[in-house]
Amino acid sequence: MSEVVIETRNLTKRFSRGEQTVTALRDANLEVRRGDFLALMGPSGSGKSTLLHLIAAMDRPTSGEIRVLGQDLARMSDGEIARWRNAHIGFVFQSFNLIPVLTALENVELPLKLTRLSKAKRLEHARRALELVGLADRLRHTPRQLSGGQEQRVAIARAIVTDPDLILADEPTGNLDANSARDALTLLSRLNQEFGKTIVMVTHDPHAARAARYVRYLEKGELLPDGQKPEDW
Amino acid sequence: MALPLSYNWRNLVARKTTTIMTALGIGLTVAVLLSTAAVVEGLQQSLRATAHPLNILVLRKGATAELSSTRSPEEFQVIRSKRGLATGADGQPLAALELVTVIVLENEAIPAGINITVRGISPSSWELRDGLRLAGGRRFQPGRREVVVGKNIAERYPMARIGQKLVFGRGAWEVVGVFDGGRSAINSEILCDINQLASDLNRAQALSSVLIRAQDEVAKQALINDITEDRRLNATAISEAAYYEQQTSSAAPIRYLGIFVAAIMAIGSCFAAMNTMYAAVARRSSEIGTLRVLGFSRYSVLISFLLESLLLSLLGGLVGCLLVAPLNNLQTGLGNFVTFSEITFELRITPPILLTGLGFALVMGSLGGVLPAASAARKQILDALRQV
Ligand SMILES: Nc1ncnc2c1ncn2[C@@H]1O[C@H](COP(=O)(O)OP(=O)(O)OP(=O)(O)O)[C@@H](O)[C@H]1O
Ligand SMILES: [Mg+2]
Repeated sequence: MSEVVIETRNLTKRFSRGEQTVTALRDANLEVRRGDFLALMGPSGSGKSTLLHLIAAMDRPTSGEIRVLGQDLARMSDGEIARWRNAHIGFVFQSFNLIPVLTALENVELPLKLTRLSKAKRLEHARRALELVGLADRLRHTPRQLSGGQEQRVAIARAIVTDPDLILADEPTGNLDANSARDALTLLSRLNQEFGKTIVMVTHDPHAARAARYVRYLEKGELLPDGQKPEDW
Repeated sequence: MALPLSYNWRNLVARKTTTIMTALGIGLTVAVLLSTAAVVEGLQQSLRATAHPLNILVLRKGATAELSSTRSPEEFQVIRSKRGLATGADGQPLAALELVTVIVLENEAIPAGINITVRGISPSSWELRDGLRLAGGRRFQPGRREVVVGKNIAERYPMARIGQKLVFGRGAWEVVGVFDGGRSAINSEILCDINQLASDLNRAQALSSVLIRAQDEVAKQALINDITEDRRLNATAISEAAYYEQQTSSAAPIRYLGIFVAAIMAIGSCFAAMNTMYAAVARRSSEIGTLRVLGFSRYSVLISFLLESLLLSLLGGLVGCLLVAPLNNLQTGLGNFVTFSEITFELRITPPILLTGLGFALVMGSLGGVLPAASAARKQILDALRQV
């Protein structure tokens, strides 16, 4: 068995809105191994994004433990987490989130600005990542000059350019047409199979889930046991 | 470590209109400050150029200006015989008795007229004022009602050009020449024969001042002390440089008004920059969240927005410099509270003044940018990502 890269124990996240408290995630116990491709599914508001954000250390849990890539995230400062995320995590958003004023190449190069790589090396890596997603001919285009599918591929290139251990994607096909969605999923599968990247992907789309090796379901903040689906799913 | 500056630059370009408006506001503020500085600098340069480093001006004790001073020919002889004076071309001590009075000249811009200094001078006076050369016509002849006028006077007052006659004293004085004293404030004066002027004004025993040249710096100090302490003379001796330095205070009201207006405008400009930057932070909220997810720290975000504000204000500073550049060498006149007459001089936009303007702009940029940048850095990643 390969090494465990994500491990949560009784992971809980509550949001309080005034008087009201919402439990977005309750006592989640999850184990993801290196090389896994996990899809998280479940109804809207079931806590999928919340779980993903906790894994990416974009938010801190209310209680419970979480270890990612051997790090106890609770013990790390904001600054340490920023550096750690830059080096080890690639994040893909539903709405692409490219920087509008930068070209495709510059967008992909951006995370490498935080490394010690020379400008030439950075551009070389960025170019190679864009080649991998099939956009070698769109280096100088700005996000506005790209289609949604192309934008998402640039975003995927940006997520992998630092050669991260873990790729996290929150509904990466949510804003894409069927064809573009298929391209993006093929890309993620390749990254998993050919490059051995560990991937956790939140999705609503059963087609998308098929690209993953296995699926875990959430319902009302609860991570259901392996193999179990929500009742009316 | 940091986000590239080109990222900030392109964001400024992307919101052209706000950038231009904000930069223009900052630019105008800088322009107000710099035009004030140009007046002060121009006046100072002019007055500094007027004084010879070894010249000493002797006035009646207690007098702060030549106009309110009186000197008699006997006192002049005492001063002239002091030790330490430089020798003139004629082998005599370099010293000149002078008589200063004021007449009124008018032009189209100033129909009510303005006070102009008329200086009756001795032959040595020419030599005591090194930089003085004739720019047209000829020198006045002693014993005649003739004057030569400074080039600024000739330019600004058509009634005082060569061939014209000025009426003062006991008759009409013909303008026979124009002199050029470089940058010196003497360009704003009219020169004539001291004896003719003294007899016209009935002041043969009550002349104004004595100008002397010391041999060297040591002799200068000794002469100043000697003359000031000589009881026969009842005189104050000061270096010519110090005398003109006092007159730079004439620019004080302009300076304070300029600084006051610029300060008020600066407050407005700071708020304009702040407003622009807060809008930028709000509009780019999800971008800030994305940057943080990519691994940029709060600190990088802070620096980036601060730099963007500085870049914006630098742009404003450059606009300000461009706005005032045409003022360089522009001629203007300023009433002088020491001599009660007008000095004409040229505005000066010097490199240090331009740098001051850019620095001033950067201060506005950093004051206006710091709060928005801090608010950008304080955002929680998820809150930032959620705001569209
Ligand atoms: N910042 C927040 N403040 C308050 N409540 C929140 C916050 N973020 C999430 N929640 C709540 O937590 C619950 C889970 O949200 P989450 O975004 O994880 O759902 P999701 O499974 O990703 O849903 P979707 O499929 O619609 O994206 C929801 O009820 C949501 O309203
Ligand atoms: Mg979600």
